[in-house]
Amino acid sequence: MSMPLLILLGFTLFCLGLFGVMARRNFIVVLLSVELIFAAAGVNFIAFSELTGNLTGQVFTIFLIAVAAGEAAIGLGLLIAMVRLKNTANVDDIRELKG
Amino acid sequence: MKAVSLLWLIPVLPALGALVNGCFGAIWEKKDLKKIVTAVALISTGVSLFIGLWNILYLSGIDWQNPAGLPANVTADPDHHALSLHFAEWLPVGDFTTAMGADGHFDVEWLFVLDPLSAVMLFVVGFVGFLIHIYSVGYMAHEEGYARYFSYLNLFMAMMLTLVLGGNYLVMFIGWEGVGLCSYLLIGFFYRKDWCADAGKKAFITNRIGDMGFAAGLMLVLWWFGTLDIAAVNAAAVTGQFPGWVLTAIGILLFAGATGKSAQIPLYVWLPDAMAGPTPVSALIHAATMVTSGVYLVARSNGIYSMSPTALMVVAGVGCLTALFAASIGLVQNDIKKVLAYSTVSQLGYMFLGVGVGAYAAGIFHLYTHAFFKGLLFLGSGSVIHAMSGEQDIRKMGRLWKKLPHTAKTFLVGCIAIAGVPLFSGFFSKDEILWKAFGSADGVGAFPPVYAKILWIVGVTAALMTAFYMFRLFYLTFLGSDRVSEEAKHHLHESPKSMTGVLWVLAVGAAVGGYVGLPHCVTQWKIFSFGKMWEGWLDSILYHPMVHDAAHHAAEHAGHHAEHDYSTEWWAMGVSVLAAAIGIIVASRWYVKERDIPSKTAARTPGLYRTMVNKYYVDELYGSIFIRPFVQMSRIASEIDKWIVDGTVNVVAYSNELFGMLLRFFQTGYIRNYGLFFLLGVLVLLFFFL
Repeated sequence: MSMPLLILLGFTLFCLGLFGVMARRNFIVVLLSVELIFAAAGVNFIAFSELTGNLTGQVFTIFLIAVAAGEAAIGLGLLIAMVRLKNTANVDDIRELKG
Repeated sequence: MKAVSLLWLIPVLPALGALVNGCFGAIWEKKDLKKIVTAVALISTGVSLFIGLWNILYLSGIDWQNPAGLPANVTADPDHHALSLHFAEWLPVGDFTTAMGADGHFDVEWLFVLDPLSAVMLFVVGFVGFLIHIYSVGYMAHEEGYARYFSYLNLFMAMMLTLVLGGNYLVMFIGWEGVGLCSYLLIGFFYRKDWCADAGKKAFITNRIGDMGFAAGLMLVLWWFGTLDIAAVNAAAVTGQFPGWVLTAIGILLFAGATGKSAQIPLYVWLPDAMAGPTPVSALIHAATMVTSGVYLVARSNGIYSMSPTALMVVAGVGCLTALFAASIGLVQNDIKKVLAYSTVSQLGYMFLGVGVGAYAAGIFHLYTHAFFKGLLFLGSGSVIHAMSGEQDIRKMGRLWKKLPHTAKTFLVGCIAIAGVPLFSGFFSKDEILWKAFGSADGVGAFPPVYAKILWIVGVTAALMTAFYMFRLFYLTFLGSDRVSEEAKHHLHESPKSMTGVLWVLAVGAAVGGYVGLPHCVTQWKIFSFGKMWEGWLDSILYHPMVHDAAHHAAEHAGHHAEHDYSTEWWAMGVSVLAAAIGIIVASRWYVKERDIPSKTAARTPGLYRTMVNKYYVDELYGSIFIRPFVQMSRIASEIDKWIVDGTVNVVAYSNELFGMLLRFFQTGYIRNYGLFFLLGVLVLLFFFL
């Protein structure tokens, strides 16, 4: 794969994920979008690893997957708490911080 | 242990007493332990008096040719018989160049001076003060605030003693201000009564106006002389190196301060109102001690005054005028304390007349005798008021001679002394002043002869009035018809021994205290040479002008020659005795037997009578000229404070609120909004770092 395309892939995935985080109302979709952002970061690392021939990038990607898994766990925990308390998965319904 | 090394304890001990009574007195009072309060107050004042007397003895015994054995921090001035205790450094401010181009050092220290003048004042203040403390124990026994009273009284003693022992003008000024403060505290002692609190305020504020003059004078002194040390200033003044206007200005400004403190025209208005305070306070502060500080100041600064005939003329003129003016008001007052208050103002006028003609020793002599007889009169009136359950109107008294024997007899002694009846103390001191006024054309100030004679005539007239109103007071209170109300009669009783004892001690002083200062026409005979004691004792405090003016010398010689011919002096003495006699006789005719003469005389000149009773409407005059504009300005200032100053602070508060309201738009509570702001923030950061 050529360099610019890989980085472009990463950028595209990031933008899609960003859009999802900002613009979707369902919390599960937000979590999915966050995972997309992680994936984008990972692709970026691979791309640069390919560029410099340094394996550090690929190793880091594996760490990244682990971190993503942990973060997903937390996110799902938040989701469960949210559903239990407010009986909704809509992020717009949580306005406790208003004021 | 030399007495002089303990000099500093004299003011400090009463101050400590004030502190102890101030902090713990209320507790002791509540626990019914008033005895401890009394003990603290009396012991601190008593020991201070003892040290003072010891110092006076020590001072009199020093061999000035060869002063030996002085402690390290004491310097001696043999020419002026002064010992200065350099207690501690205070304000080492710095050096500067005076207006004369010399080196000035603004380097103030806690300097206490023991010299004949401060010795006299120590005796007067300490002794009379101590007696009044004893009297107060009986007088204030049933009053609320016993401990507070003694705390303030002790503080007053401390401040007054600082004033008289002060070796430089600044230490004296501390005492000066301090006694003003204590005067305020004590006049307004019964603070729950509005008029008492108002009287206290009036006293303090009027004093402060005078103090402005004092401070201005001090500034001039520092600027021209380069030092505030009194002895140095006096010594420098008489060398004649300063322009005349400087000394005159300093003299007049210092006297302005004295006008406030010593209740002369125009700032005497606080003294009659000050009678709102407890009577022992009136006796101590407004008769014997505080009000005499002005006279002390002028006498202390005699070097400055002797070099400025103009200033002396002002002092003598104001004093003389005040003597007459206040005596005229006292003629028609009906409150026993008000009569005595105006009498005090009048007698202070005499003292200023004395020092104003350059007879500093005579003025201080009158100060000393006045402390005794006026203190006696005030304490006596306190005894009467105490017996009359608070009644102070002499129209409601009468025939108290039998009921209050000690009070009445001592009061009579006081009246005789103040009227200037020969052989009693007041006669010698008043007569000395009048004689010196008569001869003031040949004196230090070299007054125009017409001025001198006017001073003398006015002085004699005031003496006549004094005799009259004092005996009027005596007759209306103790003799005449019984006008006492029924309810007051029930409680009519002589005062306890603690009070009458003091009255008798003061009466002895008022009777025989004058023999130390006999007039020259008497002391010419050897057997009366003890009468030269006063003038001899105070001779060393004088700084004689070194200005060798030929005419001045000739006049002095002429004056000396005239003195050897004592007939003029006898003649003048005769006139003043005659004046006193006339006053007493008229008062006897008018008031001993109930007749209509006083009321008929008043009816013949209703306008004049009303004016005199209303104190010549001076208070009302001051009210309209000074006080009302001032109150208006205060109102304006208050409005400015409310709208502008408070407004500024409020604007700041409101703007904070506005800003907060703006920020509230960003706190939507929507998580997605917060995410957006996150993103924007990251973008901005990226922008700045890339």
